[in-house]
Amino acid sequence: MSSPNTPKDGQVETTGHVWDEDLEEFNNPLPRWWLWTFYLTIIWGVAYTIAYPAWPLISQATPGLLGYSTRAEVATEITRVETANASIEQRLVDAELTAIATDPELNQFALNAGAAVFRTNCSQCHGAGAAGVQASGYPNLLDDDWLWGGDIEAIHTTVSHGIRNDLDPDARFSEMPAFADVLSEEEIAQTADYVLSLSGQEHDAALAAAGETLFLDNCASCHGDAGEGMRDLGAPNLGDAIWLYGGSREAITSQIVAPRNGVMPPWTQRLTEAEIRAVATYVHGLGGGETLE
Amino acid sequence: MSTADTPEPQLYAAREPVFPRRVSGAFRNLKWWIMGITLGIYYITPWIRWDRGPNLPDQAVLVDLANRRFFFFMVEIWPHEFYFVAGLLIMAGLGLFLFTSALGRVWCGYACPQTVWTDLYILVERWIEGDRNARVRLWHQKWDARKTRLRLTKWAVWLLIAVATGGAWVFYFTDAPTLLRDLVTFNAHPVAYTTIGVLTATTFLFGGFFREQICIYACPWPRVQAAMMDEETITVAYRDWRGEPRGKLGTEGAGDCIDCKACVNVCPMGIDIRNGQQLACITCALCIDACDDVMAKIGKPRGLVDYIALSDETRERQGLAARNIWKHIFRPRTLLYTTLYSAVGIALVVALFLRQEIDMTVAPVRNPTFVTLSDGSIRNTYDVRLRNMNLDDRRFHLSLTSDALLRIQLEGTDELVVDVPANEMVLQRVYVVAPPGAPAAEAHRTELRLWVEDLQSTDRAYRDTTFNGKGEQ
Repeated sequence: MSSPNTPKDGQVETTGHVWDEDLEEFNNPLPRWWLWTFYLTIIWGVAYTIAYPAWPLISQATPGLLGYSTRAEVATEITRVETANASIEQRLVDAELTAIATDPELNQFALNAGAAVFRTNCSQCHGAGAAGVQASGYPNLLDDDWLWGGDIEAIHTTVSHGIRNDLDPDARFSEMPAFADVLSEEEIAQTADYVLSLSGQEHDAALAAAGETLFLDNCASCHGDAGEGMRDLGAPNLGDAIWLYGGSREAITSQIVAPRNGVMPPWTQRLTEAEIRAVATYVHGLGGGETLE
Repeated sequence: MSTADTPEPQLYAAREPVFPRRVSGAFRNLKWWIMGITLGIYYITPWIRWDRGPNLPDQAVLVDLANRRFFFFMVEIWPHEFYFVAGLLIMAGLGLFLFTSALGRVWCGYACPQTVWTDLYILVERWIEGDRNARVRLWHQKWDARKTRLRLTKWAVWLLIAVATGGAWVFYFTDAPTLLRDLVTFNAHPVAYTTIGVLTATTFLFGGFFREQICIYACPWPRVQAAMMDEETITVAYRDWRGEPRGKLGTEGAGDCIDCKACVNVCPMGIDIRNGQQLACITCALCIDACDDVMAKIGKPRGLVDYIALSDETRERQGLAARNIWKHIFRPRTLLYTTLYSAVGIALVVALFLRQEIDMTVAPVRNPTFVTLSDGSIRNTYDVRLRNMNLDDRRFHLSLTSDALLRIQLEGTDELVVDVPANEMVLQRVYVVAPPGAPAAEAHRTELRLWVEDLQSTDRAYRDTTFNGKGEQ
């Protein structure tokens, strides 16, 4: 120990400062290497600002002699992850779509990667929990009702090419005509009540009975004789509990008068095949996925 | 404030080197034993093997950071059981409180790595350069061939110890034999070399050069310890009422202290215990051994420097006898610490033996709270995590009990069984469905209990959760 408050020749070393006549301050000097360490940190600090980005200028900070940048580090890290995933992504692309679920490792990778792709690209319309927006035309992907098919291949096709868009010639397409010009107001009311009856909802029996013929003449070609829908045309099942634009009398009437036709962009231009397959696997695994016949 | 006419004092000073002399005695022997045992535990532990079957590492003590497991002989700790580590840390804290309130800074004096390694380094120093007098001479003499040779030899041995110390540390984090082979063939991960390098440097510098300065300037513990000692705490002190006035042997009217400076010369902290309790004293008790030796030679009773409590000092000054040592040790404060220490310890052991081999967590998916299916039934989704903490693969069966008519399904399979590989966790999406119109479908919330059964051991466990229906709250 250097020089503690021990008596030296019977005298305690003090700083020489005296308060209130007899309050003295002991002097316990720090080791000198402590001081050198302090100077070293100053030198280190100056060297650091020269070596690394530090001083803010007008447009950017001084770049530093070592050329270090956090952005470059992120780019390196992304490249590293992409390289590490390259082989399993290739496996995902090469696999039969139906075989992905039977390979635990591949399935796990697809589910995790698909969840990330979904959050980034799909959740804006379908919601972070994939529940869609009820009655607003963004389908719920969790249920067992599918407009264009719910097996892995149908989902893959829908994600790849989208629905009713001008960007992809292979986009799924259909268009429900506006019946305001075809049917009278009374006929539309009758049809709406018949549609209500299909799903067992409260309806006017007389109106519904009159609407049956109208339905068979105008609607059954797409929605089926019993309103069971047709997936080739994306025509919804009208007999179940799930409604894309709402199942009330007003909502059904509105859809008959001036139909809304939902649009989904094609994703082949934005996502890689591996990403599309991953997100298709993810959506298929959300609870409504169907087994391919 | 007034300033005396003294020269401006120096706020910094060079370290005054300390040359502790060799000493022998009961406390020195105790220190040798503790040094041997603690260093032995540190260096040997990573090499102890423990068979856990083919799927798990066979290292008895292993902190497997990559796989997030901690192995300690028959115990395996998963990340979700980190409270065991927290419990051990609490015990370590209470243990220090207990020992400090009873015996003062025994941790500093006997068991602290800084003390143990410094002791080892001083042993090497004495072995190569000789005892105190020889080392003082060597310090003051000019650099010549002999001094250079002695210094280089000493530093080389220090460095070897430092490398072994840093090297032993990394073995706790991965399979020791594999890592040793990789290290010597230069195939090990850079992190291993960096860690060894840093620990080698700190051991070499702290044990060889900084020594007592770490305790005095760097360590917060001496400051904290002072707050935990009281007048009953047994600590190293000088019986100045017996020793003073000090004087050469045979001086008229002198006390027992012959001012031989034996206590000062053996002190690894370079202090004089006769100045009383001080921050720099780590209570290593070497001064007691040194003084007892001198007292024996001059035919005086031992214990001029001794382990005594502050209350004893008061008593002895009044001419009373010191109280029995056990009366100092057993008092409400230490008993309270012992009780708390034991309670946490017993709780941890009980928790360890009671912990379930099956571990299931159920996280209801709340986005959305429920899904309407095409037939009008209501479905809830739960993320169920199953941990298999056994050494072999296990098959778990899931089921539910509820007052309502609820049905359970698993994502991706028609069965209700989940295979979980040994020592792994599986995330399974579980669906619970209420048929259309059922009370659970119409209600706001329904209680429900999910069961898991290990089909091999038939152990069962459950988690309670709720089912959300269409109803408003």
